[in-house]
Amino acid sequence: MELAQLAPRRLAARLFAGIDGTLLALSLLLVALGLATLFSASYEQPGRVSAQVANLAVALAAMWVVARIPPQTLMRFAVPAYFIGLVLLVAVALAGEVVNGARRWLHVGVMRFQPSEIMKLALPMMLAWYFHKNETALRVRAFAVAGLLLAVPVLLIARQPDLGTAVLVAAVGFYVIFFAGIGWKVLVGLGVLGIGSLFPLWGMLHDYQRRRILTLIDPTQDPLGAGYHTIQSTIAVGSGGLTGKGWLHGTQTHLEFIPERHTDFIFAVFSEEFGLIGNALLITLYALLIARGLMIAANAPTFFARLLAASVTLMFFTYAFVNMGMVSGILPVVGVPLPFISYGGTALLTLFIGIGILMSVHSHRRLVQT
Amino acid sequence: MKPEELKNHEKELYYFQLRVGFAGVAVLVAFALLFARFFQLQVVQHDTYAAKAEDNRISIVPIAPNRGLILDRNGVVLARNYSAYTLEIFPAKVKDVERTIQELGEVVEVQAKDRSRFRKLYAETRNAESLPIRTRLTDEEVARFAANRYRFPGVEIKARLFRQYPHGDLASHVIGYIGRINQKDQERLEELDVEANYRGTDFIGKAGLEASYQQELHGTTGMEQVEIDAAGRGIRTLARTPAQAGNNITLTLDIKLQEVAEAAFGDRRGALVAIEPSTGGVLAFVSKPGFDPNLFVDGIDPQSWAELNNSPDRPLNNRAIAGVYPPGSTFKPYLALAALESGKRTFKSAINDPGYFEFGGRRFRDSKPGGNGYVDMFKSIVVSSDTFYYQVANDMGIDAIAGFMAKFGFGARSGIDLDGEAVGVLPSPEWKQKRFHRPEQQKWYAGETISIGIGQGYNAYTPIQLAVALATLAADGDMYRPHLVSHIDNLRTGERRSIEPVLLRHVPLKAENLDFVKRAMASVNKEGTGARAFASALYTNGGKTGTAQVIGMKQNEKYDEKKVAERHRDHSLFIVFAPLESPKIALMVIVENGGFGARAAAPIARVVLDYYLLGKMPEGDQPGAPKPAVDEDAEEND
Repeated sequence: MELAQLAPRRLAARLFAGIDGTLLALSLLLVALGLATLFSASYEQPGRVSAQVANLAVALAAMWVVARIPPQTLMRFAVPAYFIGLVLLVAVALAGEVVNGARRWLHVGVMRFQPSEIMKLALPMMLAWYFHKNETALRVRAFAVAGLLLAVPVLLIARQPDLGTAVLVAAVGFYVIFFAGIGWKVLVGLGVLGIGSLFPLWGMLHDYQRRRILTLIDPTQDPLGAGYHTIQSTIAVGSGGLTGKGWLHGTQTHLEFIPERHTDFIFAVFSEEFGLIGNALLITLYALLIARGLMIAANAPTFFARLLAASVTLMFFTYAFVNMGMVSGILPVVGVPLPFISYGGTALLTLFIGIGILMSVHSHRRLVQT
Repeated sequence: MKPEELKNHEKELYYFQLRVGFAGVAVLVAFALLFARFFQLQVVQHDTYAAKAEDNRISIVPIAPNRGLILDRNGVVLARNYSAYTLEIFPAKVKDVERTIQELGEVVEVQAKDRSRFRKLYAETRNAESLPIRTRLTDEEVARFAANRYRFPGVEIKARLFRQYPHGDLASHVIGYIGRINQKDQERLEELDVEANYRGTDFIGKAGLEASYQQELHGTTGMEQVEIDAAGRGIRTLARTPAQAGNNITLTLDIKLQEVAEAAFGDRRGALVAIEPSTGGVLAFVSKPGFDPNLFVDGIDPQSWAELNNSPDRPLNNRAIAGVYPPGSTFKPYLALAALESGKRTFKSAINDPGYFEFGGRRFRDSKPGGNGYVDMFKSIVVSSDTFYYQVANDMGIDAIAGFMAKFGFGARSGIDLDGEAVGVLPSPEWKQKRFHRPEQQKWYAGETISIGIGQGYNAYTPIQLAVALATLAADGDMYRPHLVSHIDNLRTGERRSIEPVLLRHVPLKAENLDFVKRAMASVNKEGTGARAFASALYTNGGKTGTAQVIGMKQNEKYDEKKVAERHRDHSLFIVFAPLESPKIALMVIVENGGFGARAAAPIARVVLDYYLLGKMPEGDQPGAPKPAVDEDAEEND
């Protein structure tokens, strides 16, 4: 009888070993809000909600697996993951499938996926590994190499072109370099250089990317074309008011004025139906998640774990900030999903692997020693 | 681990945690910024965006009202609406309009006329959504287009209400026509501040009663609030205010009488106005030639327009209110009244007529060579003595004449309920002063007064003025505003508004003078210049013939009808009222270049009066063109 009672308890303990309750609760709360919003946004395609639930199951399983892998083991995956990612990006450039004028997809058997997605985690792992290896001699040369490691995949992704992902990957890579301790002076210098390079960069942009940036400054210039997304999503947000129009009652949503309302623009749906109060709740959940992630990073035992945890945490922030910023019309429209909310299996998988990494770092914080 | 390494490690961790702290603050600042943006959108500017969302969502679709009907005094429909299919092009949705028209020609018949009309509409119509390329499609054509619809995005079949004038050119100048709202109409609607009520309406009255009663006929535009999706598809109707049809207007005019009158004209040009003296109600209103108003309803094609516009007969000119003519001898009864009222003449006044009146070394000739011999006041009207009235005019002076004639409405707009009335000219020294600019032309010469006495000279009046003057005389000085509409019916409320007779003024006249002039006019039709035309009339009546010179004759030149070009021949006029006691009808008719009044105009008047008073239909195949039935002698003196 005792055994019968103990066995399941032990089983549960073993099952949930390494799982951080706070992170899980926060991310699942966000996913729940996302499913509710998705239900409203896809009233005419009810299959989307169950598909997203299936995506969630896969993502949670991946998280569970990653959470149990010690950071030291994760570190071993860094180099192969990075180079596999790089090879796939080159493969995309050579033989990728073109969708909507961008070469982003790669067919592998029956499924197709975007290799750039791999880079979102492979790049910070690679950089963290690199800094970890050179921990004792972090000079300019090390940062230059890191810069190169970052630039190659980012440029490959930007050329696809996929500006949104390129910006995200670059941002995550930058976070690693930042946390690795790049000098403030160098940082300011790079910043000035970066602004200076905007002008030649402008010449490299595709027409649609330029138009997106121009219409950000004044969306009314092209209300039915490039400005349409921003105008309609801003109207959705603004008309939501303090308390929102209520779940399933967003007129902008239900009359199909919001484009891409399941994916990149799902925040417009959320904001229209739940208003400023809903937005405040959402921001708070993200802030708590990020706070938790940063705490885990601050207490991480190894340089690799610290850098990886901190950069992955800020990746969540970047996703959320860029997405909400573009939907509310203060950032250009780039293809960035709202973390845990937007419909899409790949993004959800990446995010929960990220959560798994944080959990792994957290649960192995006392296993000091390399 | 060495202590130094450990210390280094701690320092490193410290720096890392510092940067984590920095990142945390940056995240908070960024989220605070986002929140500020949300606050701005959702609280500060909420009203603006809520309104925009509503604008997105709700489309106001105007429902054009049905135009009111126009009916004659007996309820005969003169203007109505019927539903028909049109093929319409939405220019904004079509890439190449010309090519689309070309291709449409393969499916339904598109004539050159349709094309040129479409181009004209396209060029002149205000921001129109859609324009018709074809109207009145047959069922077969509708089916054929429906089968080929996929080939023509931006082309649609629409069921529309069309205006129809079942009587064609009959009474066309009374009814007028409607046409597409153009830029000018739009500006006028905006001036009147009624443009909101014209949303969804493409047509507006352009001429005749269709124009002057536009506001009554139009009705009130309804609205439908429709929820639409981003593609503009209607999802559901949120609210609906039905349109209110325009009011029906019923005329004082009798279309059968009108028909008789127009038929009596035949192909001749001219005008006829018949008025009920006791009310001012217009019984018949003719301006010949007319036009077919149906040509205008879906946009007149340029060819028909050019034909109407360039015709020397000027069919679009409403002669009854906009044509000005010298009254000729029809002026004499009024001058007789003026002379009697002023005391310049008595019933017994008489002259010996040598056939001319000499003034200032110049001879004013009578139309009867050798004169009429002994002519007294009564005979002066019956035989239409020019010499007599030369003297009357000279004795009275221009100021007295103009003052008296003004009371009968000469030289002033009658106020009839149609647009475009001309003023005409009641000659006077003041008029001349204003009319001319050079001082020598501005001066009034006494000699000019003399031809005024026989309705010539500067005299120029519209047929409606002459008819109103006659009605005033017939009604013993009561002048009513002439009007074509008898009442207006609001079908929704069942309310009927009658146009009450408006007594403009009463001209004070001595009963014995009136009686004298009326008796003389009765004698005109019994033994005078109108006797032949009114022989054996079964009702009492009084009339006066008139002949108006189109070109001035030199002093000793003799007018020879056969030598003068048709368009320079005299106009033929006739005025008549009947019965003598409490007259029911006062009629004025002019036949352009018709020659002597007794010959062309009087028989038309007879036919109309016979029909109106006796219900008698004109005889023969061509009731309108009775044979010239006046002997030359009677005719001479006019």
